[in-house]
Amino acid sequence: MIGLVAWTLMALLCVALGLGAWRMLHGPTPADRFVAFDMLTAVAVAFAALTAVATGRSGFLDVALVLALVNFVATAAFALFLERRRS
Amino acid sequence: MSGIATVAGLALMTLGTLFLLVAAIGLIRLADPFQRMHSATKAGTLGTALVILGAMLLGEVARPQTGLLTILFLLVTLPLGAQLLSRAAYLARTPMEGIDEDPLADEDRSGLRRK
Repeated sequence: MIGLVAWTLMALLCVALGLGAWRMLHGPTPADRFVAFDMLTAVAVAFAALTAVATGRSGFLDVALVLALVNFVATAAFALFLERRRS
Repeated sequence: MSGIATVAGLALMTLGTLFLLVAAIGLIRLADPFQRMHSATKAGTLGTALVILGAMLLGEVARPQTGLLTILFLLVTLPLGAQLLSRAAYLARTPMEGIDEDPLADEDRSGLRRK
């Protein structure tokens, strides 16, 4: 039962992933792409948590933690890149 | 007790997923990067935190300390990252929808840039 709900929620999250990916590929300015990337990583963290529930392996929660850590570094680096790009 | 925790965990995960879905729709529908940031960061942070909280409540898999650490970290870093990104986007003169006259448009922004 719990596993079924988790898989269903993951299927729903795939829609969010697709919409975010569309914005990341099309988004007219670089800022759009970076915002979409930020959002996609948040979705990936949620994916990892749902996978931990669906498969019963708590190791996936560690994956979520690491993704959250990497997300911040990536966003900060992108922001710095964007700031220096047109100087 | 565990029945209540299971139902609450499933409800929280569903709510979080819906929040993430709304955030993604906002990413598509809104007009400029700053508005999209508003949707993606706020709804995205809340949605992800709710999903992890739900996974923790479900109990049998989650180690509470990892989940709590992840939620804490998300709540601290996602707004920080969005602030950095919006500042950089403004300095890079990203066009803003609905703002025809930006009073700061002619300002020299070089002082704001990091060297």
